[in-house]
This record gives sequence, structure tokens and C-alpha cells, in this order.
Amino acid sequence: MSSVAEALPASRRSGALHRLMRDRMGAMGAVLVAAFVAMALFAPWLAPYDPLKLDVMHKLMPPSLAHWAGTDQLGRDTLSRLIWGARTALGVAVSSIGLAGAIGIALGLVAGYGPRWLDMALVLVLDSLSSLPMIMFALAVITVLGPGKGTLILVIVLVSIPGYARLIRAQTLTLKNADFVQAERTMGAGPGRILARHILPNVVGPLVIVLSMDVPVVIMLEAGLSYLNLGVKPPEPSWGNILYDGYTSLRSQPALVIAAGVPLVLSTIGFTFLGEGLRDALDPRLKVGPR
Amino acid sequence: MTALYELSGLSADLPLPGDLLTALLPMRKPRLNVLQDITLTLRKGETFGLVGESGSGKTTLARVMLGLAPASMGERRFQGEPLSAPGAMARLRRGTAMMFQDPVASLSPRMRVGEAITEPFAIHREGLPDRRAMAIELLARVGLPPAIAARYPHELSGGQARRVCTARALALNPALVIADEPTAGLDVSIQGEILNLMSDLKDERGVGFLIISHNLSVIRHTAERIAILYLGRLVETGPTAEVFAQPFHPYTASLIASEPNPDPRRRRADLAIRGEIPSLLRRPKGCEFHTRCPLAAPQCRTLAPTLREVAPGRSLRCHLAGP
Amino acid sequence: MTEPLLQVRDLRVAYGPVQALRGASLNARAGEVVGIVGESGCGKSTLAAALIGLPAPGATVSGEVRIGGDDLLALPEPARRRLRGERVAMIFQDPMTAFNPVLTLGDQLIDFQHRLAEPRAAKRGRARAMLARVGLPDPDLALHRYVHELSGGMRQRAAIAAALLMRPPLLVADEPTTALDVTMEAQILHLLRELRGEHQGAIVIITHHLGVVGELCDRVYVMYAGEVVEEGTVEEIYHTPRHPYTRALIACDPAHVAQGQGHLPTIPGRVPDLAAPPAGCAFAARCPLASARCATPPPRHRFGPTQVAACYAVAP
Repeated sequence: MSSVAEALPASRRSGALHRLMRDRMGAMGAVLVAAFVAMALFAPWLAPYDPLKLDVMHKLMPPSLAHWAGTDQLGRDTLSRLIWGARTALGVAVSSIGLAGAIGIALGLVAGYGPRWLDMALVLVLDSLSSLPMIMFALAVITVLGPGKGTLILVIVLVSIPGYARLIRAQTLTLKNADFVQAERTMGAGPGRILARHILPNVVGPLVIVLSMDVPVVIMLEAGLSYLNLGVKPPEPSWGNILYDGYTSLRSQPALVIAAGVPLVLSTIGFTFLGEGLRDALDPRLKVGPR
Repeated sequence: MTALYELSGLSADLPLPGDLLTALLPMRKPRLNVLQDITLTLRKGETFGLVGESGSGKTTLARVMLGLAPASMGERRFQGEPLSAPGAMARLRRGTAMMFQDPVASLSPRMRVGEAITEPFAIHREGLPDRRAMAIELLARVGLPPAIAARYPHELSGGQARRVCTARALALNPALVIADEPTAGLDVSIQGEILNLMSDLKDERGVGFLIISHNLSVIRHTAERIAILYLGRLVETGPTAEVFAQPFHPYTASLIASEPNPDPRRRRADLAIRGEIPSLLRRPKGCEFHTRCPLAAPQCRTLAPTLREVAPGRSLRCHLAGP
Repeated sequence: MTEPLLQVRDLRVAYGPVQALRGASLNARAGEVVGIVGESGCGKSTLAAALIGLPAPGATVSGEVRIGGDDLLALPEPARRRLRGERVAMIFQDPMTAFNPVLTLGDQLIDFQHRLAEPRAAKRGRARAMLARVGLPDPDLALHRYVHELSGGMRQRAAIAAALLMRPPLLVADEPTTALDVTMEAQILHLLRELRGEHQGAIVIITHHLGVVGELCDRVYVMYAGEVVEEGTVEEIYHTPRHPYTRALIACDPAHVAQGQGHLPTIPGRVPDLAAPPAGCAFAARCPLASARCATPPPRHRFGPTQVAACYAVAP
């Protein structure tokens, strides 16, 4: 009897990580994401130049040993701006998705586990929010509050909450009647304990997958809005801003627009692969709920 | 003999799924009457068997007794104290435990066994100097090695999961354990292990068990007294041996006769009971069993019989049958 | 004696390293009800799948499953498909799986007869007659119903009707009453017992429930860890079991044990790992009669014309 016990993996979490790293696409995604996170965290040390330092004598330089990715129309080092841009992109993406995820979890748990009237009221609000056309809504908010990082985060949070909340709510509703939740109730556990220790750990898994696949969407959105001068304000380095600068100088120096596109593409691939890898690594264990 | 749990005149309804409008508007919501007029006394330290087919309301009765579902009428008393008394619900939770039909599903899937079985201490804020040692002791009590504490529920075999749930149920030394189909899904050779474990625990610790099952042979071996439930009503109660030797109610008799017999020499040629248990949505008038009863007389179709004591310790709900 | 309708010879099925069936042989004659009994992991579900020529994808299969002379396993899939329905039909534990939830019962029972060149009305009439035969009240109405509208017992009756519709000589029932309540179980057993008289073929009942065997079967095969350890008439198996596993299994059945307090017997230990099955007797590790010789495959001792047990310790 006990020989079987020893043969089993010690931890499920490490098992999932192990499976993720065995999946080639997932591992590649994880490595790419780790690289971008490192870029964002260590930007001051990694960037060879000050991303804001002008050097008009050397503007629109092609890639060289001094400037690996060349310089832009104001002579700023493109590589340094891309590295700092990773900080902007990830900062916006992680803070907005993280915030939206946290609020979505809270609302979803309350709607799913709480009284029926509260559930219905919340669903009504969430449905109204998600029925707004996203771009129009974003433009309206930016018009009122003015462009900037804060506005950008607010918009993304507002449009992302309904989806996350609904995902959590649906799973909470299923788990609410699961035997193990009923068992906790018979032992006298209150709603707080049941939600925090028994329902939450079983619903965050799928959400984490969705969140990680939403990160590139937000990075693209940030880049897109910044490109339109509605997002991060220049001169702050953002991939969108760099792309815009590259577009205006496309004829004189095409390297700039290519350099700005590469991190966008790679980060999108990275987060998407990671999300898919996570899903595959976690999926077999997600089969919970009433039978 | 002291009463452990008393039910008197208990009825319970379940809400029927209505549309969104009925949930929001404060009008009378459609309800399904599941349990009717249940009067029952469980004694301290006894094993009581509750028999019923699917749709008889036996799981609802367990839920009502544990306070997971409300009663619409009647009274519940745990250790002499009505559940309506202040603080009584907390004492009920502390003094009772439930063993679910599907043991794996009743364990939190992302919680290791060691943590799951000591969960009752955490819930009731009972200080545990060494949670791990307690987990190992609880596992030992149900005959499982300490290594099981590090496992997740899905890594357990059917028999192990049963034992783990038994360990968790006994953690706080409850006075009453309600076991819903304790042998469901177990092989014959493992069934005995679990039933023996339960009877040992009853002898050693004086735990009272309420065993809910449709499996008559399991009930026959474990319960001292039994009650038979049909469409949410008790039709017969009494000491197990007496009821099996001489069932009074025609439903009890046909249940016992329906049990397939492994001995080919005692093969049955006729059919003990015909028809199906009616839906609770269309509860027959009069005696609920008259649609399938071999004895049914005109009065059974109109007049519902009451549960009456027909012999010492034996009650029966039938106009016609009796000792 | 006539050729048995079903002949299974040295059937082996493996899922990767797990040897679910390790050389099972059995047969069933026309007019006979044969029980296959064993606990979880004994290979009875694998056997059931092989009997209708539907082993799980990826399984390695060897041996023979002959139904009326043709080896089901040697035939190409189109020919197998023709045999299913014509010569062999199956009743499952969960009758829901046998039906399409979006078609009415009538449509499906007509569709099951698609190989017959007959007008639709004739097929409908046959479906109706079969539903009436299995005891569905108001069969005309039942033809218009969807399966989820029927109760569990009625569903199982409908599944039996579907299986018998093409009058296959071999009927395989995999735990046909396990999902049912006692009173419904008794009625389905009663129905199967009635049908065996009319049905000219053989019925194979796969079950873990000794009560079902006792009520229904003529002969029994007892399986343990992918092998047939004992075979005999139901009378022999219940009253003079030879193999220690058969004895233990019967002793554990609560229906067998005389009423009273005290402990129920159990079989200590557990089923061997079928990824690395023991070379000798698979039951030896749990057997009270085991000795050193049990490390080599046990002989199949014959006890009378019908009873065979694979064990060293119980020589006749």
C-alpha cells in the first residue's frame, strides 16, 4: 500500500511545471516571457544609453556596434528605448490585467456564492459593461480624461472585468454544490473560509491561463493606442511610440520600424505559448465539480 | 438509552427551479414537497439504518438533519436541544459529521489529505500543537499509513478515500456520523473493511451512525434499527432483525424480496413488486404506496395512514398490514 | 454437442504495459445465460468490449473471439460492423450511452434496422412490438419520446428492446442492473429471465454482483486479474466453489453472510499490478492456501464435466 505512495509525485504544482517545461511550445513561451520580464525589471542596467538622451548628430543611424538597433529621428538609442519600452508595456499590461483579474475574482466569487438577487444584479451590471463597444468606449474615456498611462489602465481594467468575473462566477456556481464544499459546510466552515481555501484555489487556474493569454492583447492595445497618440505620451519610451517614430521615418531609416515590431511579435508569441502551455499542463487536473 | 437526535413531524421542501422573474419578485415560489411528517429518534451510540430507493428523499433527510437544508415544518433536536435555540447550529456542526457517497468528490481537490482531515480543528479554532502528528494519528485510527497524508484526493484508491473521509468525520469525536451509501462503488472484498472499521469505531468511541443506503444487505449487517422511507415518508421502523424476519409493510416486504439472491437454489420465479416509484411531482393521494401495493383497498386511495406503533419498538404506516 | 455460439480463445488485451486480459478462454452455447463475474480490475469490461469487437483504441489484442464461427478480431472493420447488430448486441450499465439524446426513441429504433429492406411502417411496427415486449407502458407514446424523458428503469428496458431488435444470437449485458434501484433491478432481472426463453441465442452477463449471477445465469466464469480462475455451473460455483478466490468472494458477499453482529469477512491485500503481473498464480499473494509452487502458473484442474479451477491447492 505504501509503496504506491512513495512512487507518486511529491507535489502537483511541480508536476504541472514539469509538464509545462516538457511541452516545447510552452517552454519556449516561458523563456520568452522570462526574458521580457527580465528586460522590464533590469532596464536601467541593461539599457546601454539613456532612452531619453537626444543626440541629433547621430539621428536615424542604421544598426551599428555602438547602437545595436540604430537610433531614431532624435538620435536616441533604439535598443535602450525598446528595453525601457518593455517596462512600459509589461507595466501597463500586468497592472491592468492584474487589477482586472483581482476585481473579476472578487465579483465572480460574490456573484457565484452569494444570494441569488446579488448574483442577478451583478450579472446585469457586467453584461451592460461588456456590451459597450470596446474601442468606442476607450476613445470616449480617453477624450474625457486625456491620454496617459493611468487612463489606459483604467480603460483596460473596465473592459476586462466582465469576462474574468463571468468565468469565475460560472465555476463558483458549479463548485458551490460540489460535495467537498457541502462537506466543509457540514463541518461548520463559514463562507469566507470556503471561498478562500476551497473555491478560490480551484477557480484561479483557468483564470491564470486566460490572463496570460490576454497580456499580449493588452500590449498590442497599448502599442496601438500609443501609436495613435492616445496612450503613453512621448517622449516616454513605448513600443507603440517607437513604431510611430519608425513609421514617420520609414523612408529614411526602415530599421527603426522593424526593431519596434520584433519585441511586439515576440512578446505576443511568448505569452500566447505560455498560456497554451499552462492550459495543457493544468487541464487534466481541472476536472472538479459535482459528478 | 438517551436520545441523540430527535425528529418530530418534520417536513421539508425543495425550491423548484423557477425563472428569473420568480426569483426576483416576492411572490410564493414553487416548491417540491420532499419529506413529510418524519418522526424518528436516534439513540446515543447506535447504528441506525435508513433505507430508501432513489427519489425517496433519504439524502434530503440527511441534509436537513445536518442543517444544510431548512425544514418547512416540525422540530429537530440534537442532544435534547432544538436547532432553533441560539448557538445550537454551531453545536450541531461540532457534534456531527457527514460521510458523502462519493468520498473523492467530498475532499477538496487541491488540499492534501493531511490538511483535509485536520480541517475540522481549524474550522472550530481548536488549537493543535502539531497538526501533522494529529493527521498521522487520525490516519492510523482508520488503518492508513502516514505517507497518505501527503497525497491529493485523486491519488487515492476507492477504499483509501473512504478511510480518509472516515478519519475526517471522526476528527472531533462527533456524537453522530451520517454516512450516505458508505459502500457505494466499492468491491465486495473491500466493503467489509469499511463496514468493520465503522463498527469498531462505534464500539471504541461510542459514535452513533446513521447509515443511508439502498443496499439492504449492508444495512442488515450494520444497523441495529432501521427505518424505510418511501416517497418522503417513513413507512416502517423497527429493530433490524425483526423487520427482516417479519416485515409488516408491503413495501418493506417487496424490497426484501427484490434483493437478488446469490444462491441459485433460492431463485425467485415471480416478481415481488411491479411499477416504478412515482415522481415526487405527482405524489399519489392517500397512501403513497397504493399505486404499487398488492394489498391496496379503496380507503388507501383516499386516506393517508399515519405512523403507529404496532409492536414494542416497531412502527408502521399502513391501514391494512400489521402483526 | 453443437458448436458453441460464442468461443473466446486465449484472448489477450493490453493497454500499453497494462495487461488487462491475460489469456481468457470461454464459450457460450445457444439458449444459455453465461455470467462473467469479478471485481474491479479483473478485466471484465475489457472482455465486454472485445466481445463486440470494439477494443479500446490503442489496445493490443490477440486471440480469437468467434461468434457463429467467424473470428470477430480477424475480420476487417466493415465486416465487424455488420456482425455487430446482426449477430451480437450489447446492453450497457448506463442506457443513456446507447441512445442519441436528440432523436426520439422511435426514430432510433427504426434507424437500428437500416440494413433491412422493408418499408418504414414495418420497422416502426417491429419497434413498437419490441417496446411492448420489454414492458414499456404505452409503447406508441414511447416511440415519440426522447431518452431523457424516460426513467432509469424504462431506459434500460428501451435499451434491451434496442439490443434485441435485430434478434442477434448473442446478447452481451455489461452490468445491466448496477445503476438501478433494488425494485427496478428485480424487474429487469425478471424481464431478462423471461426473454431468455424466447431468445434463441446466448446471453452473456458481465457483473460484479453475485446476486445477479444467482438469479440469472446457468454457467459462470470467475475472473481475477485478467484471467478466468474458475468456471462451472452456477450451482457448482455457489455451493461447491473450488478456487480460493471464488470461495473468498462468496464469503465476502453480505447477502451470503448470516445476519448478526460481528465482522464481515474481507480479502486482505489487493489486486496485483497488471503492468507487472506475477508469473504464477495472480491470487497467491492474498491466498490462504498459497505455497511456494504458486510462483509458477497453476494447472487447470477439472472437477466433473463442467467445473474447472486454476489452482494447485484444490486438486480433485
